[in-house]
Amino acid sequence: MRKLPIVVALLGLAAAACGTGSSGGSEGGASSAPASGGGDKPLAGQKIEVAAKWTGDEQANFEKVLKAFEEKTGATVTYASTGEDTGAYLGPRIEGGNPPDVAILPQPGLVQQYADQGALKPLAPEVQAQIDQNYTPYWKELGSAKGQVYGVLVKAAHKSLIWYRQSAFDDAGAQPATTWDDLIGKTAQSLSDSGTTPFALCAASGWTLTDLFENVYLSSAGPDNYDKLAKHEIPWTDATVATALEKMAQIFGKKEFVLGGASGALQTDFPTCVTQVYGEKKAAMVIEADFVAASVGQSGAKVGEEAQIMPFPKVGDAAPVVLGGDVGVVMKDSKGAQALLEFLASKEGGEVWAKQPGYLSPNRNVSPDNYPDNLTKQLAQTIISAGESVRYDMSDLAPSAFGGTDGKGEWKDLQDFLRNPSDVKGAQKKLEADAAKAFNK
Amino acid sequence: MTDRLDGQRDPGGDQAAGAAPGPRATPPDDAPSPASSPAPASSAASSTPPASAPASGSAAVRARLGPSPAMAGIFLLPAFLLLAAWMIYPVIWSIGRSLYDATGGRFVGLGNYVSIFTDSSALTTIKNNVIWVVVAPIFVTALGLVFAVLTERIRWATAFKLVLFMPMAVSLLAAGVIFRLVYEQDPDKGVANAVITSVHDVFSSDHGYPGARPRENDQAPATVQGGAVVARQQAQPGSPVLIPLVGLPQDAVKDAAPAATAPAEGVGGTVWLDVVRGGGGTLNQVDPQERGLAGITVEAVSGGSVAATTETAADGTFRFEGLPAGSYVIRLPASNFTAPFNGVTWLGPSLITPAIIGAYIWVWAGFAMVLIAAGLSAIPRDALEAARIDGATEWQVFRRITVPLLAPVLLVVFVTMIINVLKVFDLVFIIAPGSVQPQANVIALEMWRVSFGGGGNQGLGSALSIFLLVLVVPFMIFNIRRFRRDER
Repeated sequence: MRKLPIVVALLGLAAAACGTGSSGGSEGGASSAPASGGGDKPLAGQKIEVAAKWTGDEQANFEKVLKAFEEKTGATVTYASTGEDTGAYLGPRIEGGNPPDVAILPQPGLVQQYADQGALKPLAPEVQAQIDQNYTPYWKELGSAKGQVYGVLVKAAHKSLIWYRQSAFDDAGAQPATTWDDLIGKTAQSLSDSGTTPFALCAASGWTLTDLFENVYLSSAGPDNYDKLAKHEIPWTDATVATALEKMAQIFGKKEFVLGGASGALQTDFPTCVTQVYGEKKAAMVIEADFVAASVGQSGAKVGEEAQIMPFPKVGDAAPVVLGGDVGVVMKDSKGAQALLEFLASKEGGEVWAKQPGYLSPNRNVSPDNYPDNLTKQLAQTIISAGESVRYDMSDLAPSAFGGTDGKGEWKDLQDFLRNPSDVKGAQKKLEADAAKAFNK
Repeated sequence: MTDRLDGQRDPGGDQAAGAAPGPRATPPDDAPSPASSPAPASSAASSTPPASAPASGSAAVRARLGPSPAMAGIFLLPAFLLLAAWMIYPVIWSIGRSLYDATGGRFVGLGNYVSIFTDSSALTTIKNNVIWVVVAPIFVTALGLVFAVLTERIRWATAFKLVLFMPMAVSLLAAGVIFRLVYEQDPDKGVANAVITSVHDVFSSDHGYPGARPRENDQAPATVQGGAVVARQQAQPGSPVLIPLVGLPQDAVKDAAPAATAPAEGVGGTVWLDVVRGGGGTLNQVDPQERGLAGITVEAVSGGSVAATTETAADGTFRFEGLPAGSYVIRLPASNFTAPFNGVTWLGPSLITPAIIGAYIWVWAGFAMVLIAAGLSAIPRDALEAARIDGATEWQVFRRITVPLLAPVLLVVFVTMIINVLKVFDLVFIIAPGSVQPQANVIALEMWRVSFGGGGNQGLGSALSIFLLVLVVPFMIFNIRRFRRDER
């Protein structure tokens, strides 16, 4: 009895310590096989670590590109997955003075943030030459901070799409819409009348709502206002924002338009809403980007047959084209790191990657013929031909405290708006308050 | 029992502990000293004989007994270095960091601490932490106690304990994933709602057409009024009322008979699904491919009161028999369209914290049970038996004997749980969907989020971590003091 409480306490502490079990990420795996030092392999023996958020198939595809680079240069490249939250992975490594050589950032906002921290190295002239050759100036500016070029967009995501289920449209006799009013008044209404909920929203993942907002806003308010709002040069209380939110409320405000109502949608994570459309066949449309294709396949639907896409309909004068994408940056300056980015920004590297499914290149010299399917060919063509009027995902340009954090800023405010779509003014006020806080830092 | 042990504590105790190397080291010339100095010997209970010898010893004696201070220092050094590197330095550094702004360049004094108590999202985390601390440890300890006492009495107690202890073998992360599924809204996926809805369905069931509704435009012959569908046209004998409905999937009516127009006699009409698969068909007219809706309750209302009630036939037609002539409003009451009970929204903003606490209790109750059961087995049986012989009921034995004797163990479990609960992170992070994370947020999670998870403000993050430390420290001190007291 006398010793018992100590034993109990030790047990308690031990259990408390064990309770927060962590999955130790293994750092190993760097093959030590030294490449044969040939004259045609200038980087033989160099080791490069590259960190990106991709896992699963996307990782495997990217590793094929890395392999092509290894074969070309003789360098050894190790891949580290950052998981969904790249900032959370890189932040401590930067603090600790041990960043990866190359990082692929999911948001240009992070380029700005890390450049301010001095964590990025400017791109070498050879990489910039590739950018000048292969990209429109908009993309170069996107990867720049304080007049220096730090990043290059290596992978693009097309975010101005609506995926729909062909059989649901057939049952309802619905047609893809080209204007927002038709989408709401005709397509969605006839789907709803036929007993199929028109939209599945992944509202628990806040970024799906910001994507929707950006498309509606870019089309209704125009690219100039879009740029201003992205830089917070006009406030979120602006009338153009109110218009866009009111348009969104035409979906949010109708219980029968959203699968599970607002409450159900707010519990739905991405990509569950894709499953709800193509797997469970409970809804007809999901407003999301091209990368949904992977989840569509898992749900057993075939892209191009049961799974169809329509371009995001125009809300104002022109249909929007919003892109997302991943920006490669150098965090530890070395010949190998610069060479890897040069490769990724080149036509050669882009075409290796383009042959893998699920990849879309912002590189205008990567021929659409390289893509494995017609859908991606079309998408690539729209990006290339849209040229200067394309805009980057606004929330990804904002400081991540506003545009990229679960449960905070724009994500939270749009979720609250979905909960209460009648309060446009209140939503605007909250958005403005959060934006002001994040931008003034 | 511990009280008696506590009573033994005396000022000489520290010296006694210091001399623990044992009586064999006592030099022979010091041997008579206990006898010659009766005061300390009597103060120390006879149960601790080694304490008596050095209690009277001088500093010189002690120096000869223990290792030299230098030696002690060398032995302590590794532990001290590790502690300094991983505990002391980070704490001090965090305190310093918490006084600077997000970039770490500008000194803001206590500004970060002020914003903890003014920022609404940080205040929510504090509120949630209070709820956690108040509710979770009590439930865990109480449940553990109940399990421990009950398992003592049953056959197969070990198997039972094993099952209850099993959640401890699962990482909190996995437990979070499990409970995320348990709390799914869809009863086909979430166990919690599956249980609730099946219990609910035993007592009430719906046969209607949830989701069916009239079209929403001015030409539609019917509208929704307070959940019921009401025909715009007044029903007259001889002119059938048409009530077209939409919003049902074709599969729901695939076995239904084709809709028919009601015969033009008496007060009657048709309720049907005015949708053709693949589109087409004439709006608000009964088309051959369209299906009637059978079994819908129809009311004829006159002057605010229901004059007659009937049901639709298989082809969707209805007729009121023997209704006095006049004009009636035809109404389909809301009961036809009540949506099926869909369970509880566990993962919504209002229930999220209780839901996560439920998962936490599931994980830790077994752990508490094992600790309390260990304490229970150490309770002297004679005390319990004496009480029973004296005629105490089982409840009285539990209430008056078992619980007081177990009090020290219960307290340890309780305080350990409080410390554990204060730093809860993983379960909240995983169970709460992104949209309700703000409502479920707790300090530890907020700390991570603002510093690393996108917020990028390590000043505020450090302030939160120090705040959390300040909250935990009193309980740590309490626990440590208890252990030390129990050690003697």
